[in-house]
Amino acid sequence: MLKLENVHKAFGGVIAVDHVTLDFAPGSLSAIIGPNGAGKTTLFNLISGRIKPDGGRVVLDGEDIAGVHATEIVRRGIGRAFQVASIFPTLTVSEALTGAVLSHRRRTLTLAGRFHRSGLDERVSEIMTLTGLEAQADTLSANLSHGDQKLLDIALAIALEPKLLLLDEPTAGMGPDERWLMIERVQALWRTGGMTLIFIEHDMDIVFKIAQTIRVLKYGAVLAEGPPAAIRENPEVIEAYLGAPAEETAS
Amino acid sequence: MKHETFLKDVAIGIGVVLLLALLFQVITDPGIHDLIIKTCIFGLFALSLNLLVGYLGLVAFGHATGFATGAYVFGLLMQTGTWTIPAAMGVAVVAAAALAAVIGAFCIRAREIYFAFLTLAFQMILYSAIISFVSLTGGDQGLMGGYPKPPFLGIDLSRPFDYYLFVCGVTVICVILLRQVIQSPFGYALRMIRDNHERSYFLGIQVKLYQWIAFVIASALAAVSGVMMSLFVTGAFPNFAYWSMSAEPLFMILLGGMQTFLGPLLGAFILQLLNDLVTEHTRYYGLVLGLVILFFILGLRRGLLDVVWDKVSDRRRKAGTVRPASPVTGDAEARERS
Repeated sequence: MLKLENVHKAFGGVIAVDHVTLDFAPGSLSAIIGPNGAGKTTLFNLISGRIKPDGGRVVLDGEDIAGVHATEIVRRGIGRAFQVASIFPTLTVSEALTGAVLSHRRRTLTLAGRFHRSGLDERVSEIMTLTGLEAQADTLSANLSHGDQKLLDIALAIALEPKLLLLDEPTAGMGPDERWLMIERVQALWRTGGMTLIFIEHDMDIVFKIAQTIRVLKYGAVLAEGPPAAIRENPEVIEAYLGAPAEETAS
Repeated sequence: MKHETFLKDVAIGIGVVLLLALLFQVITDPGIHDLIIKTCIFGLFALSLNLLVGYLGLVAFGHATGFATGAYVFGLLMQTGTWTIPAAMGVAVVAAAALAAVIGAFCIRAREIYFAFLTLAFQMILYSAIISFVSLTGGDQGLMGGYPKPPFLGIDLSRPFDYYLFVCGVTVICVILLRQVIQSPFGYALRMIRDNHERSYFLGIQVKLYQWIAFVIASALAAVSGVMMSLFVTGAFPNFAYWSMSAEPLFMILLGGMQTFLGPLLGAFILQLLNDLVTEHTRYYGLVLGLVILFFILGLRRGLLDVVWDKVSDRRRKAGTVRPASPVTGDAEARERS
């Protein structure tokens, strides 16, 4: 469903993404790992249209979307959540989600009717149930806990009913228990949503537990890719990132 | 108070106009009438600017462009002696909106302070044009000599009561329309852009398009206040397009509050009241105004109605009803972060 062909991006003299070629199967759940500065987030930015690649093709369902504007890429079915939760501080959870659903249904340009009577309550509470935010419906986004802000960020992407969902470190900044709760939610979303999911993650326990395929980036290039078992044994990956096999779970 | 329907807003609006009509009959002091008229004119001017400042997070320094365009186009048309007031008013507002559509297309490309100054640059171009195009605009003398105010629909704007009621009525209609904009899905998209424009892009919202539309709407409403101002002075003057005319609605927003819908209207009232009271006693109007603004910014750190609204919702929260605090004010940090 998503193919990266020879995608290249440099910032000044620094090569952030170095001729990356990757193929993501429809409905798959894959992880991107790699040390800091390996170009993981840049790769997401290239896919989602935040930045344009210097070269190469980003092919979504047979169409090259490299260089297409971010809002248009959203319309074509790519949703994303951010490493630092990107939310709307002054809106309540249900307001933010209503806004996202309205945008998805192309109704945000309407001057008639009232936002609070847009008849989307059902869909919004469905999303809140999926993401476990129902208790926070009327809480201002700024007042949510860190974990709930990350959930809201994901919920906003879910509201767009994406074919492809990009999650940039969904568990960043969370304690161990919270992490597992979050990752179970993400897994459940993926199962029920029938979408393709790619996530960036530093917690190797999580990566090896849930990812079907793992891509390892280093200095912007693909170091290795394959199922968890193969990655775990890959000597190059161990040397570059995982450390000695005995401490393979260190993150 | 929070999510009223359009019809309820209309009902409240009608009530307010009736009340103001009654007030005119009870209090016969023309000074008070003028105070209310000016509060309406500048209140609408400030409210329209607050669509950009408060709801979209775009500070514009050149909002008087719409105001002056409305006043001059209206004044010029009326001076021909062949136009009816509603027709001239319509053309004036459309002209200001069209000008804003062009100016806005340039300005929204710039971010924040650059946007603010770009709008001011366009305003100063308009000011220069008004000053130099003497044969049409009367240059620095303004549109002199007055113009006829032909009655329409039984309304004769040369009669004080008719004019007073006309201003109150038009203002209330515009306020209801503005409230509809703010409470519509479009209005919430503006809040989303204000809070986090980056995230808005990734929800499929074309940020620049929304900013442009809001800019045009705000300018059109500013033109309405410009038209009412022109009727007040039976003319139009170049100071309508001078930079200080754009600073006034910003002061009103600061004084009255930008997070509460009617804050800028209260700000306009405070400023007009100050103007009346202070100039009666001293020449140092600017000094007093400066001190008052300092008090609001350093002391209250937000507008008066914002403070009141925060207090009310604090009390409500303590009493157990849910709706959390005021939008924005308490969450400056969170806004910065995202």
